[in-house]
Amino acid sequence: MDFLEFLKMVAEDIVRAAQDATPLLLQGLQLTIWVSVCAIIIGIVIGLLTCLLRLSRFSVLRGLASAYIWVIRGTPMIVQAFFIHFGLSQLIKVFVPGFNFTALESSIITASLNAGAYLAEIFRGGISAVPRGQMEAARSLGLGYGKTMRKVILPQAVKIAIPSMVNQFIITIKDTSILSVIGLADMTNKTKAYVGATYNNFGGWFYVGFFYLALISVLMIISKKVEAKFSYDRKN
Amino acid sequence: MIEKIKVTDLYKSFHKLEVLKGINLLVREGEVVCIIGPSGGGKSTFLRCLNQLETVTSGTIVVDDFVLTDKKVDINKVRENIGMVFQSFNLFPHLTAKENIMMAPVDLRKMTKADAEKKAIELLTRVGLAEKADSYPHQLSGGQQQRVAIARALAMQPDVMLFDEPTSALDPEMVGEVLQVMKELAAEGMTMVVVTHEMGFARDVADRVILMADGMIVEEGDPDELFGNPKEARTQDFLRAVL
Repeated sequence: MDFLEFLKMVAEDIVRAAQDATPLLLQGLQLTIWVSVCAIIIGIVIGLLTCLLRLSRFSVLRGLASAYIWVIRGTPMIVQAFFIHFGLSQLIKVFVPGFNFTALESSIITASLNAGAYLAEIFRGGISAVPRGQMEAARSLGLGYGKTMRKVILPQAVKIAIPSMVNQFIITIKDTSILSVIGLADMTNKTKAYVGATYNNFGGWFYVGFFYLALISVLMIISKKVEAKFSYDRKN
Repeated sequence: MIEKIKVTDLYKSFHKLEVLKGINLLVREGEVVCIIGPSGGGKSTFLRCLNQLETVTSGTIVVDDFVLTDKKVDINKVRENIGMVFQSFNLFPHLTAKENIMMAPVDLRKMTKADAEKKAIELLTRVGLAEKADSYPHQLSGGQQQRVAIARALAMQPDVMLFDEPTSALDPEMVGEVLQVMKELAAEGMTMVVVTHEMGFARDVADRVILMADGMIVEEGDPDELFGNPKEARTQDFLRAVL
């Protein structure tokens, strides 16, 4: 086989995947987006709450938050997914006969808990990067702790944390592919099905890569705009 | 004369390190008190105790009849009446000069937004920075930032102002503009406690100068007296080193 013939074969594989797998992948894309968006939004809420718990005066709350972060960071996401989808379902079934999480439910729970733990650490890093004098200046004017947090500390902390947050969002989107193992019908799962039926391994996996790349690129464009909005201080 | 600040037997330790060892001080309304002394002598810690940025180990602090060292007192309410200016300015970087000044009065419902804005412009004019109202802190020089910080503290209409080495972080040519604003404030009758290394300012503006070292008040008195004829050996040593 000469080189030109080889190139032609490669191109044909990809074109074939594009022709045959596009409807499947578009279906998968919807779930990938849906799980990612849910996980990011719920993850932000969990992350903020966990971060506030970690800064709490009560050691029990601090301990709870630390334990949650410890467990999530210390175990692989694929194990968490299996544990929640099969393990937790089995446990709940003892009390609620016939109970089962759908793959989508388990996926959103797993991805959210994951994003939440990492975002909590990112938020905490952002808050502790705000100089101490900011808290003192606001408190010296008579503002309470909560108001100071909301009006002075968090706006600065978020700005500091944005690049790391975007990084985490990208990871969350890509990690949804892991959830195909518990049956989430996302892009990766659809590709597996397509490749299984056609043996077009090269074309199929190459083509789905484009979809992820496009999705992440959209996120990066949005995040650039958000970052620009927050940049009150060009020097930093 | 009305007593504004009354400090009795104030002790403060950080873990095992005793920083303040029994401070007694009375500041009357309209008085300008300058605290000078070697670094690490407890000057800043003492000043920060006066609005409870540092909690005290023992002793009492009374400002405007509020017992600050009493756990039951609403410290936020008391702080509204005590303005503080920091060595490192601590302006809020995400807000413009005007917004920095307006935030506390609006947020604590002392003024409407419109009134606070009027007040902010008035204060900025007073410190000579009316044209910088919409500038962000990073667009201002150190001296300008510190003047905005003074305006921000004044916006809450405090009747005591604390200054923690307000010119120590400034380039030499900017020290004058900040001291000028402070001089005017003193002339208007503001009660001020100033921790400073500016001996000229202390001599010209202070009603009373205090030398603090090793956590104690070593000597206090009228500026001419303290600078011209210091009694304690510690004071003489310090003045010889800095003048």
